[in-house]
Amino acid sequence: MKGLLVYLKDYKKESILGPLFKLLEASFELIVPLVVASMIDVGIENGDKGYVIRMCLLMAALGLTGLISSVTAQFFAAKAAVGFATKLRHALFAHIQSLSFSNMDQQGTSTLITRMTSDINQLQSGVNMVLRLFLRSPFIVFGAMIMAFTVDVKAALIFMVVIPLLSIVVFGILLISIPMFGKVQNYLDQVLGTTRENLTGVRVIRAFGNEQEEIDKFDEQTDTLKQMQMVAAKISALMNPVTYIIINGGLMILIYTGAVRVEMGILTQGQVVALVNYMSQILVELVKLANLIITVTKAVACGNRVADVFQIQGGMAEYNQSFTEKERILAEGEKGTVTFEGVSMKYYEGGEEALTDITFHAAQGETIGVIGGTGSGKTSLVHLIPRFYDVEKGSVKVDGVDVRDYALTALRDKIGIVMQKAVLFKGTIRENLLWGNQNASDEELWQALKMAQAEEFVVNKNGKLDAVVEQEGRNLSGGQKQRLSIARALVKKPEILILDDSASALDYATDAKLRKAIKEMPGDTTVFIVSQRASSLMHADRIIVLDDGNIAGIGTHQQLLESCEIYQEIYYSQFEKRDQA
Amino acid sequence: MKKENSSRQKETLIKVLKYIKPYRVLMALTILMATVSVTLTLYLPILTGNAVDMLESVGESFFWTRLYRILGKMAVVVLLTSLAQWIMSICNNKIVYNIIQDIRKKAFRKLEILPLKYMDAHSHGDIVSRVVADVDQFADGLLIGFTQLFTGVITIIGTLGFMLSVNVGITAVVVVITPVSLLVASFIAKKTFYMFKLQSETRGEQTTLINEVVGNQKVVQAFNREDETLEKFDEINGRLEKYSLRAIFFSSLTNPCTRFVNSLVYTGVGLTGALAVIRGALSVGQLTCFLSYANQYTKPFNEISGVITELQNALACAGRIFELIEEDAQIPDKEDAVVLKNVEGKVDLEHVAFSYTEDRKLIEDLNLHVKPGQRIAIVGPTGCGKTTIINLLMRFYDVDQGSIQVENTDIRDITRKSLRASYGMVLQDTWLKKGTIRDNIIVGMPDATEEEIVEAAKKSHAHSFIRRLPNGYDTVIGEDGGSLSQGQKQLLCITRVMLSLPPMLILDEATSSIDTRTEIRIQKAFASMMEGRTSFIVAHRLSTIQNADIILVMKDGHIIEQGNHEELLQKKGFYAELYNSQFALA
Repeated sequence: MKGLLVYLKDYKKESILGPLFKLLEASFELIVPLVVASMIDVGIENGDKGYVIRMCLLMAALGLTGLISSVTAQFFAAKAAVGFATKLRHALFAHIQSLSFSNMDQQGTSTLITRMTSDINQLQSGVNMVLRLFLRSPFIVFGAMIMAFTVDVKAALIFMVVIPLLSIVVFGILLISIPMFGKVQNYLDQVLGTTRENLTGVRVIRAFGNEQEEIDKFDEQTDTLKQMQMVAAKISALMNPVTYIIINGGLMILIYTGAVRVEMGILTQGQVVALVNYMSQILVELVKLANLIITVTKAVACGNRVADVFQIQGGMAEYNQSFTEKERILAEGEKGTVTFEGVSMKYYEGGEEALTDITFHAAQGETIGVIGGTGSGKTSLVHLIPRFYDVEKGSVKVDGVDVRDYALTALRDKIGIVMQKAVLFKGTIRENLLWGNQNASDEELWQALKMAQAEEFVVNKNGKLDAVVEQEGRNLSGGQKQRLSIARALVKKPEILILDDSASALDYATDAKLRKAIKEMPGDTTVFIVSQRASSLMHADRIIVLDDGNIAGIGTHQQLLESCEIYQEIYYSQFEKRDQA
Repeated sequence: MKKENSSRQKETLIKVLKYIKPYRVLMALTILMATVSVTLTLYLPILTGNAVDMLESVGESFFWTRLYRILGKMAVVVLLTSLAQWIMSICNNKIVYNIIQDIRKKAFRKLEILPLKYMDAHSHGDIVSRVVADVDQFADGLLIGFTQLFTGVITIIGTLGFMLSVNVGITAVVVVITPVSLLVASFIAKKTFYMFKLQSETRGEQTTLINEVVGNQKVVQAFNREDETLEKFDEINGRLEKYSLRAIFFSSLTNPCTRFVNSLVYTGVGLTGALAVIRGALSVGQLTCFLSYANQYTKPFNEISGVITELQNALACAGRIFELIEEDAQIPDKEDAVVLKNVEGKVDLEHVAFSYTEDRKLIEDLNLHVKPGQRIAIVGPTGCGKTTIINLLMRFYDVDQGSIQVENTDIRDITRKSLRASYGMVLQDTWLKKGTIRDNIIVGMPDATEEEIVEAAKKSHAHSFIRRLPNGYDTVIGEDGGSLSQGQKQLLCITRVMLSLPPMLILDEATSSIDTRTEIRIQKAFASMMEGRTSFIVAHRLSTIQNADIILVMKDGHIIEQGNHEELLQKKGFYAELYNSQFALA
């Protein structure tokens, strides 16, 4: 949390001036009861109308200066808080962009999103509140107390009892009820979970005729929720009455003591009125203070969550400068080659190996199929080529150079990848395709769309290339998104093209046409096709069969069908033997 | 437009009153207590004023007895006030939480009988937020808003009354200055509303970008687009900074400004009051009392304007919940609906027509006659509407024309429960609930014995992996299966059906994402289930398709071909093309 305060650094002036002006306003507020007291004791006592009017003008002046300083304070506080949040958001966004794939796998993107949005918003209002109130409230509480002492020490001693007593009650109730509200939230989450379950599982629940059981379960959960809410509410319901008693009890004692002191001739009537006024000022401020503390606690919790994200080191060490000129020339000789030498990788420190001892070489222009069951390491293997993850052992070379010796952007510029989950971004079709190559001409875009079998539906869209794509491409069907993301990779005209199970939403006929188009693609692109379907890659130059992170076989379809048991198993589970004529 | 809006609000309000009705006694008590506590709260400054006045007569013989009497009165008033406050909040809580529960229960019951059409057409997140968040906001907003409004109005009336009873002139001063406070507050509120709208729009824009970019960070990095997205982000971030600053600053003006007006009122009272005291028209105690009234008099005005927006918001939430609760339920079972017994598996579809929306016809004149024990494969490209058939067979949707009969009885004349119990359904889209593995298996047969459960799991080849889980059958899994692999989830769903093993089956073959070994197990489990049972299979596997008695070929929601493998190949239609495309480059 402390680390985040650097983002306030540029707002030093505002962060100091804000609270100061607030203090100024508070001091004016503290003077008012004194003015009233002297108005009563001097003006009224002597029947001096002029004095009364002067005092009232003074009060109005105090109010006006109070207004001005308070507005100034609010402005500085708002400026500092908003500026802080803006800088923080920028820094966090930039930081998240620099995270490696394994960082993101560990964190989960959804929590990153809440931290970017609601946590920072909470933090912003926390900072704003603190700048406005953290000096003011204690200042008024203690200031009023000191003022009371200047009026009369003995009477002011009552403050010394009432204020701590009130604080204990207010904070005690908060302390007890806050964890209870946490529990209430948990029960509410359960109710929410059941409701969601009943929507996603509606077909299964109705198929098994389980509606009544679900209703019973829901009733039980809402009952517990209600009970917990009642208990929590009962405790916080004590807050108002108890504080009311303490406050007014204090007031009564004050009047009584005041009476005694007036009788002794130590206090005047006006001074008693001033004491009463101070008492009520303190009480109002204490309630504000309690609210402030709740906000600050929340903000600190949010701040810590945000700070946690900054704690994550971007896992990818930047490239090594050892990539010499000589090697560069060497690399330019080779294009589109991929070499794995004894590669092993793990996703987590201490976890199981996702890939073990993988060695192969892909020459320029080759089409390599990668097949295997779920969890066999297909995606892990192709994700090593653009260095989404780092190897544990061995090395991955692209164009003869270790991927760790490239600048990440230089490496990734060579590679076009289509991921399993097809994602597009808000904008137009053209904007999305230009991700592949900022300078591509329309002609090139259409060429890519044609190859990706997307030409037909784009032509039929309103606005064609300028057709609007909604957030994450949700106005497009799964198949359309897949074809567009393939086109996006093709626009790049990459040396190496990776298709990671990217035809799963396409029917067999379209899939076949796509494969044909890619095979006939101009230039010598090296292609990796990952698939579960044997039919999608049986025509590859070579097929890598993965089983539990190990290479179970490499070869052509025919070779593997003869020699590789796992390949046979996969193939025959998808095609009956008698089709093999 | 505005009129229509307000009449809808009135309608909602009437419905809301219906929910409050059972708690009318509590409600009356709350109102009574609110009146008591407000009146007493207002009475207290008068007593304080009296006490201060007493100080003038220090030294008189009656001084202490009178002071004690006043202090005693104050003590009683304070105790009564806090008691009233306490009872009021207990009543309020009771009403709020009970109404919340009543509405939630009603909404949930509705969910269980809503037609699937509704669920399919509405976003689940939206429905959940109606049942959870909207109900909370409505009940909170309504009751808190209501009590605040009520106490606010009483406070204003009471204060005016008390002030008038003390001194008319000074009251007039207060009444004259108050509208200024209201004007200032409403002026700021209007400005702020606009700023807040801008802020929340920009914030929404930014959240969308964050969702998209951070959610798909891997794609961004793969295309080296970090800098461009950061640029885009900064542009929005800059705008947000501008609007936020304005919104926060303007809204924070409300407090100082009303405080200033307050201090004007206070000064006005002080001035006229003090002059009146000098004239002898007012006592010092009465002046103190007035000053403290002046302090609290303007507050409810500021609160009330806030409360009204809150109430409107609460009514809007209520409207959304009532929309859900009042949604048409599915047509109930007929009174004389038969309970399906001794099912052999004869299913007939006669001239069935169906579409989800009127303007897009899907199934027209579908005839299909299935004999007991036959296998029907439904094939076609993804998204062609294969699940439509499942929806109709299970009567998740009703046919528009024609009829579906099981054992020669129209399924609309059969109880839904018994119809659905005759089908065993395994969908590719596996669904598991939060709970133990056992809970998930016994969904269809809650009283199954341990032996029966293990037996079913063995038959479905799930036993071996369940046994290896940390707590075996008692292992708790999270919502939607949690840590289980897709294949394991599918095996569990099969076990669920295996346990009760109904006479007819609806199966959905997995397209991908299951490893070969598990896949072979699932195949075996399917095969042993299908033995002798009428089965409808959404098929992707050639072997399944080839072995089917009838193949339904679907495209774009229509059934375009029907027949067995050989017949369809000879037809050289869409099926033949689909089949051949698998070997296109061979």
